[in-house]
Amino acid sequence: MKILKTAAAAAVFVLAAQGAYAGATFDAVKAKGYVQCGVNTGLGGFSAPDDKGVWKGLDVDMCRAVAAAMFGDAGKFRLTPTTPQQRFTALQSGEIDILTRNTTQTLARDASLGLIGAGVNYYDGQGFIVTKKLGVKSAKELNGATVCVQPGTTTELNLADFFRANKMTFKPVVIEKMDEVVGAYASGRCDAYTTDISGLAATRATQLPNPDDHIILPEVISKEPLGPMVRQGDDQWLVLVRWALFAMIEAEELGVTSANVDEMLKSENPNIKRLLGVTPGMGKNLGVDEKWAYNIIKQVGNYGESFERNVGKGSPLKLERGVNALWTQGGLMYAWPVR
Amino acid sequence: MASNPMSGGQKAPARRLSWNDPDVRSVVYQIVALAAVGLIGWFLVSNTLYNLQTRNIASGFDFLSREAGFAIGEGPIPFEPSDTYARAILVGLLNTLRIAVIGIILATILGTIIGIARLSKNWLVAKLSSIYVEVVRNVPLLLQLFFWYAIITETMPGPRSAFHPLPGIFISNRGIKLPAPSDHFAFDLAGLGFLVALVLAVIVSHWARKRQDATGQPFPVWRTAIALVIGLPLLGWIIGGAPLELDVPRLQGFNFVGGATLTPEFAALLAGLVIYTAGFIAEVVRSGIQAVSHGQWEAAEALGLKRDQVLRLVILPQALRVIIPPMTSQYLNITKNSSLAVAIGYPDIVSVANTTLNQTGQAIEGILIIMAVYLTISLSISVFMNWYNKHIALVER
Ligand SMILES: N[C@@H](CCC(=O)N[C@@H](CS)C(=O)NCC(=O)O)C(=O)O
Repeated sequence: MKILKTAAAAAVFVLAAQGAYAGATFDAVKAKGYVQCGVNTGLGGFSAPDDKGVWKGLDVDMCRAVAAAMFGDAGKFRLTPTTPQQRFTALQSGEIDILTRNTTQTLARDASLGLIGAGVNYYDGQGFIVTKKLGVKSAKELNGATVCVQPGTTTELNLADFFRANKMTFKPVVIEKMDEVVGAYASGRCDAYTTDISGLAATRATQLPNPDDHIILPEVISKEPLGPMVRQGDDQWLVLVRWALFAMIEAEELGVTSANVDEMLKSENPNIKRLLGVTPGMGKNLGVDEKWAYNIIKQVGNYGESFERNVGKGSPLKLERGVNALWTQGGLMYAWPVR
Repeated sequence: MASNPMSGGQKAPARRLSWNDPDVRSVVYQIVALAAVGLIGWFLVSNTLYNLQTRNIASGFDFLSREAGFAIGEGPIPFEPSDTYARAILVGLLNTLRIAVIGIILATILGTIIGIARLSKNWLVAKLSSIYVEVVRNVPLLLQLFFWYAIITETMPGPRSAFHPLPGIFISNRGIKLPAPSDHFAFDLAGLGFLVALVLAVIVSHWARKRQDATGQPFPVWRTAIALVIGLPLLGWIIGGAPLELDVPRLQGFNFVGGATLTPEFAALLAGLVIYTAGFIAEVVRSGIQAVSHGQWEAAEALGLKRDQVLRLVILPQALRVIIPPMTSQYLNITKNSSLAVAIGYPDIVSVANTTLNQTGQAIEGILIIMAVYLTISLSISVFMNWYNKHIALVER
């Protein structure tokens, strides 16, 4: 039972020794030899097993990038699938080292859970999916609808806000497991299913029997900056995760890809030289090997590569770059200077 | 040790506190034990608070009065997202009680019928009921819940093509829609009449038993009770002006509005719990009846009692002694198993408290609330059943 897991995680706070904690994650991960990431139970494009059982996705790549920076080997990670409800307790209790699980960064999560966001690897917003035969063209026409939703998400709250703000009523059907909630929508129990638009695209492409029978309504009802989270109290770990993500974004901006990274080692561009560790110093600052970013780019790829492969043109989701383009192309993806 | 200082008219010497005195020792031990429990408790609480604080995790129960912000699918009292977490939890609690109470009543009825059917002389009836018991007890409850939920949501038509068996009744994958009494004073009076009828029925049955004990004259208790339960609400309704308007469900847009709803989530959970638990109750009832020796039947029949009188007056009172204790644990099981609700989307206490603890990040408080709720319900059921057990216990003369 889910509740037992939560209870067990909560018990950690009851019994844990006082203080034996601060600053420990970085060292513990290093000593352990792998990083433990909390991911989805299976959401196409973000983290889901492929037909060979290998977990792939944007969030899995985030986890691999941290492993590559830490150990020089993107394979040194393990995954813990979590439902929306389990994810924060799993991180708080130390069961996982990072949460890379399409998690929206919000004030309450940043400030009251003892956790902290380390960046954004996908800018999203919440939407609705309905069957075409319902004949609805806009979310504003959903008055009186029954809506399927997963609990423990920002989705559940935005849903209530949206209907309240538009003076409409709805009936929620709240089911904990993703497969079951999508099943309830597919069977017609609900008129609409709501979650992050990327999640809707994934569900339509990979879970619904006839993708063409469904449309995603045009309204985007919220801001959902999805990104990795870590525990508060170990800044070195926070910084490593943040810069693993920045390295991928910076590499795209500098035109460094997994294919040309070896060639780029010979580049004269001082930014590239610093990023790839040809000019040493950055790795030392982070407390890892100077080749940390080289290893990420070589083994995982830059942000654009990861995006296209997992959720973009090269994937069943076929999402546009949109706001997730680099800032130089009018998007929001912007890495701080590597210097 | 055995010497008695009070004997022989001597004055008792002032009792000195001594380690050799067993009374003193036991008092000291108890104080030490109490202090140890208190210390451990204090350590756990303060350690928890310290840990939460150093990790910047919010704690305390203040969140209960904050706005919940999420909606709840169904409940016996109205709930809006702008209501507080406390009210959300109350809705969850009432939903749990509703499923538990209705589940216990239905499972008892179904289980008793099947338990008696297993003892039937009719081969087919006996065989079918044993197959029922074996199948139902050996398939995990969670699977059965998914099964019933899928049956309801997958096989029923959408609201626009709902079955319409009787005027005002619609069956679809949104549940069963029924006409409900409208907001009229007369229906409140009818409800009141029903409650009064229940109380009167209990009083009448007590009075009838006393009278029969004293004078031997039987009284038609059942017929009186049924008349009361039907008559009084009817009377209330007539006094209120006998209004005929009902709140009838109708299709508006893509859903029904108005009327009362039996949701697929509630129906699937109820069906799952009742059918599963009835399998266990059937066994309890069967073994209870078989525990009464056959001689009791023969002796009672020899006295000229009719067969249903034998069952009611001789066999069941004895069987109940065997039945009640295991029955109590089945009732506790229904209550606890109702926490599987979240799997199929029924908003019980666990579902609501889970969402709450997730939105507030206050896992420990959420878990404490859930534990307190189940503990209270379980203890109440146990206390009631123990009282009932004493009440029906054979008075040995
Ligand atoms: N971004 C939202 C929603 C995230 C979320 O959990 N979405 C669901 C629906 S797409 C999901 O990923 N479920 C997958 C699972 O349960 O494993 C949040 O952080 O609260």
